[in-house]
Amino acid sequence: MKKLIIALMLFATPMLSMGASKAHLDSAGVDLGDKESLQRGFKYFVNYCLSCHSAKYQRFERTANDLGLTLEDVKQNLMFTADKIGSTMDIALDAQEANGYFGVTPPDLSVITRARGSDWVYTYLRSFYLDDSKPMGINNVVFPDVGMPHVLWELQGWQEARFKKGEDGRMHFEKFELVKAGSMSTEEFDGAMHDLVNFMTYLGDPSQMERKALGVKVIIFLLILFVLSYLLKKEYWKDIH
Amino acid sequence: MSFINWVDERFPATKVWNEHLAEYYAPKNFNFWYFFGSLAILMLVNQILTGVWLAMSYKPDADLAFGSVEYIMRDVEWGWLIRYMHSTGASFFFIVIYLHMFRGMMYGSYKGPRELLWIIGMIIYVAMMATAFMGYLLPWGQMSFWGAQVIVNLFSAVPFVGEELGIFIRGDFVISDATLNRFFSLHFLLPFVLVGLVFVHIVALHKVGSNNPDGIEIKKNKDENGIPRDGIPFHPYYSVKDIMGVVGFLIIFSLALFFAPEMGGYFIEHPNFEPANPLKTPEHIAPVWYFTPYYAILRAIPSVMGSAFPGVVAMGAAIVCFFFLPWLDKSPVKSMRYKGPIQKAALGIFCVVFCVLGVLGVMPSTPGLTLLAQVCTFIYFAYFLLMPWYSKIDKTKPVPERLT
Repeated sequence: MKKLIIALMLFATPMLSMGASKAHLDSAGVDLGDKESLQRGFKYFVNYCLSCHSAKYQRFERTANDLGLTLEDVKQNLMFTADKIGSTMDIALDAQEANGYFGVTPPDLSVITRARGSDWVYTYLRSFYLDDSKPMGINNVVFPDVGMPHVLWELQGWQEARFKKGEDGRMHFEKFELVKAGSMSTEEFDGAMHDLVNFMTYLGDPSQMERKALGVKVIIFLLILFVLSYLLKKEYWKDIH
Repeated sequence: MSFINWVDERFPATKVWNEHLAEYYAPKNFNFWYFFGSLAILMLVNQILTGVWLAMSYKPDADLAFGSVEYIMRDVEWGWLIRYMHSTGASFFFIVIYLHMFRGMMYGSYKGPRELLWIIGMIIYVAMMATAFMGYLLPWGQMSFWGAQVIVNLFSAVPFVGEELGIFIRGDFVISDATLNRFFSLHFLLPFVLVGLVFVHIVALHKVGSNNPDGIEIKKNKDENGIPRDGIPFHPYYSVKDIMGVVGFLIIFSLALFFAPEMGGYFIEHPNFEPANPLKTPEHIAPVWYFTPYYAILRAIPSVMGSAFPGVVAMGAAIVCFFFLPWLDKSPVKSMRYKGPIQKAALGIFCVVFCVLGVLGVMPSTPGLTLLAQVCTFIYFAYFLLMPWYSKIDKTKPVPERLT
């Protein structure tokens, strides 16, 4: 009985905490037809994500084939954690240890864009800001009190967030101000994050390009078949009044 | 020919073929709404075939289930297609069944002599819901886990035996590996029970004959050979027509399957791409769309003395009401075509209310929305409970002798 009440309370009070985290999301501009963007995204993913996060359901070989890379290229340049091209993108970091470092186990990223949405991931990656009140000195507008450090700081640099008091009396995010430049300009960094999220969108469902291409053919076939089945029906039914 | 004779002496092949297809006389005026029976069978076959193939690679284990679904999506040849046919198929099965039920309500197909046919159909619907509910646990995502937790907890709200009943269903104190295993087992079994029920449904249909948009019994007007004057053999007339219906349906099904298999989070909910985590409750738990009208009714009923049991009873009653339709409808005519404005309005309002409840069941509840859900729940039950009265006083039009 108590469990039910607890369960029902979960519906009765949903999203109370959502108000604060419902930040405005920027469009990631996902374009899975852009192979070069996907390849660059793969590179960023392997370099910046794939040491704490795994993508353990996806294989290097599959990724190379889908993205138009040679197996040799991937083996030479993008495989730091595995030695067989057919292996999955797993990591050496132990989940228990990681929990000790970050206070949370970094989630597997195989289907993260499907759980969170590509726009969310795109905005999240660009929304780290300096915050002295946090143990690691950083915070995130989209994901407050996040355990993940700003691993992309070398590229983006450091930014501070400006908040404004809203009409409801709460503090609302207004804008970022770059206080220390990284190796990329803001536009370059946004482009890099577009590439990265583009790749992660592919990663969430690697058969989706093939699926849509097949879908077009299937529907054209069915449309023709529909015309034929309609004519067949008409022929049979012509003497029914 | 001698081969079929050889078979016929041992098995009534020709007899069955004739009785159920070539010499089964169906009314000649079936319209669009009469496609959904054969489409429902198509979806059942789709679910069973894709399900059997999924089970070849799926692992019903709390540690492996989530990964095995991704394995199917990525590493199994055509696995993604089979999986999406199954997940999209589940939602389309319900779309088809809801339209099939609406057809029955519109043309009075539940009325005598088809009461038993209707009740068998309702049993199929309930069995389908059980199958779908258990199947939704199998991907072992967050919504699988928490959705199952909430629904099983409904049984725990039953006074006195609830706690024990919940443990009996789960096989554990919480949703766990034990629950996953038994749900997989039952999810595999129930579709074959469904096949049996569908068989009985069709046997019952062929005993009483199909209703039609006019709600006229074609068997009352037979020619000298005993063949209904307004009937045509199911085969070839309706078999070729149903082929057209199947292809038309497959076009729409393929649009969803190939271009929007998640359907914006309604066919596959976004939180289900996070592995089940008993320690982390999602911000908003909503069942899949086909359960949400009943779920909205559950939430609309306030708990009494800390017990949500009244809500659970209301939810159950909302389904049970359908079983009594044949006896609630006192109208002298079957079809909406000849029923009066009151019954037309009643069915229209009921459909709107059913859909509104479905939308409310997906949304987080607020005081305003809860009030709306309560009003809709009231109308929902009023539709059934007041039917004996309003279907009697409604002005009906005269029913013609022959099909129009």
